[in-house]
Amino acid sequence: MIDRIGRSAVAAVRAAGRFGQFLADLAHAIPDVATWGGLALVQMRRIGVDSLPVALFIAAFTGIVLALQASYTFTGTVPLYVVGAVVGKTMMLELGPVLTGLALAGRVGASVAAELGTMKVTEQVDALETLAYDPLAYLVLPRLIAGTLMVPVVVVLGIVIGIVTGWITSMGLLDLSTAEFVKGLKFLYRFKDVWFGVIKSASFGFTITLVGCRLGLGTRGGAEGVGRSTTRAVVASAMLILVLDAFWAMVLL
Amino acid sequence: MIRFRELRKAFDGRVVLDGFTLDVRDGETMVIIGLSGSGKSVALKHVVGLLHPDAGDVIVDDRAVSTLDRPGLMALRREIGFVFQFAALFDSMTVADNVALGLRRRGLSDAAIAQRVAEALALVDLAGTDRRTPAELSGGMRKRVGIARAIALQPRYILYDEPTTGLDPVTSAVMNRLMVRTREHLGVTGIVVTHDMISAYAIGDRIAMLSEGRVRQVGSVAEIQATTDPVVRQFIEGRPE
Repeated sequence: MIDRIGRSAVAAVRAAGRFGQFLADLAHAIPDVATWGGLALVQMRRIGVDSLPVALFIAAFTGIVLALQASYTFTGTVPLYVVGAVVGKTMMLELGPVLTGLALAGRVGASVAAELGTMKVTEQVDALETLAYDPLAYLVLPRLIAGTLMVPVVVVLGIVIGIVTGWITSMGLLDLSTAEFVKGLKFLYRFKDVWFGVIKSASFGFTITLVGCRLGLGTRGGAEGVGRSTTRAVVASAMLILVLDAFWAMVLL
Repeated sequence: MIRFRELRKAFDGRVVLDGFTLDVRDGETMVIIGLSGSGKSVALKHVVGLLHPDAGDVIVDDRAVSTLDRPGLMALRREIGFVFQFAALFDSMTVADNVALGLRRRGLSDAAIAQRVAEALALVDLAGTDRRTPAELSGGMRKRVGIARAIALQPRYILYDEPTTGLDPVTSAVMNRLMVRTREHLGVTGIVVTHDMISAYAIGDRIAMLSEGRVRQVGSVAEIQATTDPVVRQFIEGRPE
C-alpha cells in the first residue's frame, strides 16, 4: 500500500517536472517569431473560423431555451421583461463561454491531440527537429496563440447569437416586445459581464490547446496511443474548463 | 567524422545500447546491421540529438552532441540529413513543400528553394511529382522523397534509418542505387541502419554488426562476408539458429 502510494507520488512529481520543463521550453520558443508567426494565422482560421458553425448552433439554441425557461419560471411572479436580463446575463457570464468552451474542447482539443499524436508516432515531429525546427515553435505556439485569441472571438459571437435568438423567441412565443426585452437586457447589465466572459474564454482557449498539444506530443504507441491521447485531451480539457470557471468566479466576481 | 563513444541507453530498465563504440570516417558509408530491436535506430537518433544518452556520447567532428545547447544542436542538425524508416513526410504538404521545408529554415530565396527542390527531386528520379501529396505516392516513392528532403539541404552527413525495409526487391535495388549515387554526387558521409544484407553489401564501405548493445564486429564488406564469428555469420546468412 505504502509502496503504491510512494510510486504514485513519484510519478506525479515526475509528471509535474516534465510539464514544467515543457512550459520552460515553450517560453524559449517564443522569440522564434519567424517560425510561428505565419502558422498562427493558419491556426486562427482552423481553430476560430472553422469552429463557428458548431459554436453558433449551440449558442442559438441556448438562447431559445433560456428565454423559454425564464418565461416559465417568472410568469405570474416577476415582470416578464426580466427574461431579457436572464438571457443576456446568463449568456455573457456563464453559458456562452462554458458551453462554447466545452464544445471546443471536443472539436479543437481532439483535433489538436490527434493531429500532433499522429505526427509524433509517424516520426514527423522528429523529422521537424532534424530539419532544425523547434516543434514547440512550429506546432505548439501557433495553436496556443490561435486558441487564446480566437476562442474569445467565437464566444462573443456566440453570446450575440444567443441573445438574438432569445430576443426572437421572446417576441415570437412570449408576446414580449423588443422594447421590453431590451429593457430587461439593460436592467442588470454591467460592462464587467463582457470582459469577465472574454477573460474566461481566453483561458479556456489557452487550456484546450495547451492540453491538446501536450498530450498529442506525449503520444506513445500507434493508433491506439493516438486514440488514448485524444480521449484524454477532451476529458482533461472539459474538466479544466469547469475548474477554471469556478476559479474565475471566485477571483473576479 | 562521427564517433560513438561508449554509448549507453536504456528504456524503462531495458538496456538497448551498452557501451556502443564506433568510428565513422569522413566520406565513407558505414552500414550498421543487427537484429530488429537491437538498437540500431536508437544509435542513429543519438547523432542528431533526438535521444539523449544515459552515458557516453556521440562526437560529430569535435562536438559532443549531448553537451550542445539548443542553438548548437540546431547548427549541427543543419549539417545532417536524416532519412526516416517510413519517410516521415508531412502529410498535409505537397512533395515540393516537404522538400522545401528545411530550406526555408535557411533563409534562401524562393527562386533558390525552387531550384534546389527541383534538383533534389530529379536526383531521386521524381521530377514532376512536386504537386502531389504523400498520400498519392507509393512506399518507395515516399522514401525517395525522404531522401530528396535530406539531400536538398546539401548536408555533410546523411543518416538512413532502414531505407529498404518494406520495399519489394526491385524498389530496394533502386534505393540502393540512389544511395550510392547520392554519395558519389554529394560526397557525403553516410550511416545506414539496415538488416537487409543485399543492401548492406551494395552500399556499404564498411559494415558494423550491433549485438547486445555493442559492436560485435566491424570491417569491410569482404571482411564481414568472410567472418568466422558465429553470431555475425548467423545474421548475414539469415539462419534461424
